[in-house]
Amino acid sequence: MGDFFSNLSLGFGVALTPLNLGLAFLGCLVGTLIGVLPGVGPIATIAMLLPITFGLDPTGALIMLAGIYYGAQYGGSTTAILVNIPGEATSVVTALDGHQMARQGRAGVALGIAAIGSFFAGTVATLVIAALGVPLTGLALIFGPTEYFSLMVMGLVFAVVLARGSILKAIAMILVGILLSTVGTDLETGEERMTFGLPILSDGIDFAVLAMGIFGIAEIMRNLDHTEHRDVVRQAIGRLLPNKEDFRQSYKPVLRGTFIGAILGILPGNGAVLGPFAAYTLEKKLAKDPSRFGRGAIEGVAGPESANNAGAQTSFIPLLTLGIPPNAVMALMVGAMTIHGIIPGPQVMTKNPTLFWGMIASMWVGNLMLLVINLPLVGMWVRLLKVPYRLLFPAILMFCCIGIYSINSLPTDVMFIGLFGFVGYMLIKFGFEPAPMLLGFVLGKLMEENLRRALIISRGSLETFIERPISAGLLAVAAILLVIALLPSIRKGRDEVFTE
Amino acid sequence: MKKITLALAAVAGLAATGAQAQGYPTRPITMIVPFAAGGPTDVIARIVTDNMSRTLGQQIVIENVAGAGGTTGITRAAQAQADGYTIMMGHMGTHGAAPALYPNLKYDPTKDFAPIGLAAGTPIVIVAKKDFPATDLKGFLDHMKANGEKVNMAHAGVGSVSHSTGIFFNSVIKAKPTMVAYRGTGPALNDLMANTVDFMTDQIVNVAPQIQGGNIKAFAIATRERSPVLPNVPTTKEAGLEGYEVSAWNAVFAPKGTPPDVVKKLSDALMKSLDDENTKKRLLELGGVIPTGAERTPEALQKLVESEVARWTPVLKAAGATAE
Repeated sequence: MGDFFSNLSLGFGVALTPLNLGLAFLGCLVGTLIGVLPGVGPIATIAMLLPITFGLDPTGALIMLAGIYYGAQYGGSTTAILVNIPGEATSVVTALDGHQMARQGRAGVALGIAAIGSFFAGTVATLVIAALGVPLTGLALIFGPTEYFSLMVMGLVFAVVLARGSILKAIAMILVGILLSTVGTDLETGEERMTFGLPILSDGIDFAVLAMGIFGIAEIMRNLDHTEHRDVVRQAIGRLLPNKEDFRQSYKPVLRGTFIGAILGILPGNGAVLGPFAAYTLEKKLAKDPSRFGRGAIEGVAGPESANNAGAQTSFIPLLTLGIPPNAVMALMVGAMTIHGIIPGPQVMTKNPTLFWGMIASMWVGNLMLLVINLPLVGMWVRLLKVPYRLLFPAILMFCCIGIYSINSLPTDVMFIGLFGFVGYMLIKFGFEPAPMLLGFVLGKLMEENLRRALIISRGSLETFIERPISAGLLAVAAILLVIALLPSIRKGRDEVFTE
Repeated sequence: MKKITLALAAVAGLAATGAQAQGYPTRPITMIVPFAAGGPTDVIARIVTDNMSRTLGQQIVIENVAGAGGTTGITRAAQAQADGYTIMMGHMGTHGAAPALYPNLKYDPTKDFAPIGLAAGTPIVIVAKKDFPATDLKGFLDHMKANGEKVNMAHAGVGSVSHSTGIFFNSVIKAKPTMVAYRGTGPALNDLMANTVDFMTDQIVNVAPQIQGGNIKAFAIATRERSPVLPNVPTTKEAGLEGYEVSAWNAVFAPKGTPPDVVKKLSDALMKSLDDENTKKRLLELGGVIPTGAERTPEALQKLVESEVARWTPVLKAAGATAE
């Protein structure tokens, strides 16, 4: 315990120097801005800003880059709530209830609880990393392909529960999502699948392209379809901050979301994407009146947002303790460290204690700054909704196009968001929910690859999934969840509750 | 009259190109890196261009165009205007293994480029999970002979360095381990550390920290000399394996038709950068191998590309590895 405090004080000593404070602030500010702009993600931004950090010392540079990353998570929720465009897989669920809240004139409350929940989750996650980072590293190594496949199966069952309306439609959407995820070069053989010989499809469909089209562009089309119903504009803005009742409803979801997100964030191969989905499912299952979900339930924002931020932070654990990046942003951080002459790996902690603990302390500092940056901005963001939609939508559309182009510099990506936007509009018209499809898309690829990997390693024996205890446990949970969702008597109740 | 006009036009044309090259570069130069930001090639590109930018007096901007084992970015760069304002960082995969892996490749590594020079190589290390029964390369090779397909070999996907060098390794030692594909080196290393897969071959920059940390073990490094980053790891030759010397080299190219004086300016800037103490230090920390003076010239690079294509094509074709 003494170690813990001396380490943290070493860390804060580094993080609180004026230069590093300034860099953390700059990172958080830039991160928030790019998070708010639809499409411009942290990956493109960090890559663009890398050369600027050459002149800085490594610790300062990494503090700034990390700030961009979690700043973007904050900013991403803002766009998800206000204009229903999830910039990242992790803010898809935030859009579900957050945007409904905005439509009901509760945008300020949604943004407020997202910021406060994220700050709480960030604080807890910082402590978790500082106290348990090293022992938790083992968790990343327990999860092999077998366990990962079973986790993804469980995730897909979440997707069924996630959906409103007909369960059949939800399953259909998940399957479409999985099918879309199989487009591209086959990992094992290198064969191209369903690419129609188009080189742009050889690496598959980009998540950002799909999400922006299905959610963002489709939302714009729907709004233009019946402007008179766009109540957000007409509604009074209402309170900006959550009141006592809101807090009473959300403190438990925040706690649960933080816990789930923190655990899943440590897992390799982007386990963090499951966090918000799992938190949302849990809240919906625990709620006395699940019908409120999808119609502006504050728990549906508080839980996933906390999970999202906790996961974003704990995903630094494998990077800092093992040098293994769990997702694309962390891979970029590896590169940033390498360029600065620090090769990430197990020895960073002992060789560069000031960097290690300085970064951890700066995470908390960064979260505090984000709260300070974001809460006063809530009013400003919400006022943005007052801008007449005929002026707002071309701006959103333009930012979407710029954002999506900035990711791969491919003009075809811009055309694809138009195509997916049209598809998304059709889906809304026919009463299909796009969220399960996106989850199917995100999990499909991971699921397929891990299934094949597990089977190659077990030489084709399916028993491997039940022989390994963690995998068996996850599959059992999935089976139980599915039975609950499908049992006729319960389903009857479900249909009554969920069908609009 | 006509003749005079033509001659005048020719002179004017010459003068124009001359003036253009003399002033070069007058605006920022784009370097296309055909891999995601943060990977070994990207890191080397950023380190080398940092000093080159200062020499040239214009910023070299890195643009990451990833996809299809790096061939997407190189295809785009090859079709760019040959004015020296678009250059690229090619590597062992894009300019060596690609013709065998991608039958529909839109460029010819030996013909469609103006080579600038070799930047840095990162040697390949043969690594295994820490519970692997063998302690040295000889024991490892014996184990491979006895167990064959029971052994699992990890790689970072078709077209990746670990995939090509892994197939080459298997052909040299005449073994057929079961190949397990991952999306990138990170997840593959994760499973190697967790003892889920048995071994792989990968670039020193990716594996050195885990070797130093005792999470995986290294049997040999596929270079002529030991690396200062891993002084205890023997070379393949020292460990008794002939014919497996591989390095994931990275080199700067311009599109074919780039004016010779522009190529010379870029080549000089690259050489100067490789002599810079700061650049050297950062490359060496990565375990990178800095080419000698003779290896840095455009002519040497052209020869290297030709020999690499000749080396990889039969190996990969024999293994039936294509990506389309």
